[in-house]
Amino acid sequence: MAKYTLIASRDAFESKESERFCALAGDLKRAGNEVTLFLVQNGVLCARPSHVASELSKLAQEGVAVLADSFSLRERGIASDRLAAGIESAQLDVIVDHMAEGRRVIWN
Amino acid sequence: MADQKTLTFSIMDGPYENARTVTALRLIDIAARRGYNINVFAYEGAVSLSFAKQAAHANPVHGHDIDEEDHPLPKEWVSSLIKTAEANGGKVDWINCGLCVDERGVTESVDGTRRGTPADLWNAAASSDGTLVIGTK
Repeated sequence: MAKYTLIASRDAFESKESERFCALAGDLKRAGNEVTLFLVQNGVLCARPSHVASELSKLAQEGVAVLADSFSLRERGIASDRLAAGIESAQLDVIVDHMAEGRRVIWN
Repeated sequence: MADQKTLTFSIMDGPYENARTVTALRLIDIAARRGYNINVFAYEGAVSLSFAKQAAHANPVHGHDIDEEDHPLPKEWVSSLIKTAEANGGKVDWINCGLCVDERGVTESVDGTRRGTPADLWNAAASSDGTLVIGTK
């Protein structure tokens, strides 16, 4: 089992790549890997409850850790206690932790 | 340091263009505060981040002089990251892609940075605990 951290920086309402990137997170998880999906910059916009966020909530139910950068949330006026189910606010330090741990960290 | 990690970041965006630069520098800052050894491979527009001739300016449209404008300069952020790592027992090896530097004429860069080639990125990644490539698109 490998450990992956996928960093999603794009607004899912503007880019289809975000959808494919989230699908990759699910595929990696279902293949038996440990997966974190970290939302940053405009990527956090889809952490608000919506039809897009419901897909992220499903990933969380499947065991993907879905995190949203607290700084990016504050920049955009999104309260950390108003996120869709399964999505948690987190510090950017998580990425550095995972890099130091030797996880495969991928940016999109 | 018993648990000194080495991380490599590859960045591509030029200054003032994209939030990716801010996020990259935030990540490097976190690693610097931990005293990690950090390799940064800057290529394409990112080689301008450490360009030494960046200059603050006044803003006559807003009626601000230089001090009031307090214009942020990426070269100062780069220098600050290098000093932060050193103060915490780590170091930053900031490598600017030489081809990208020459193409843009940004041949003077701040102290603590150097020219290199893509082979430096390969070597840095091979000797690091973790590598993150933040590409532009």
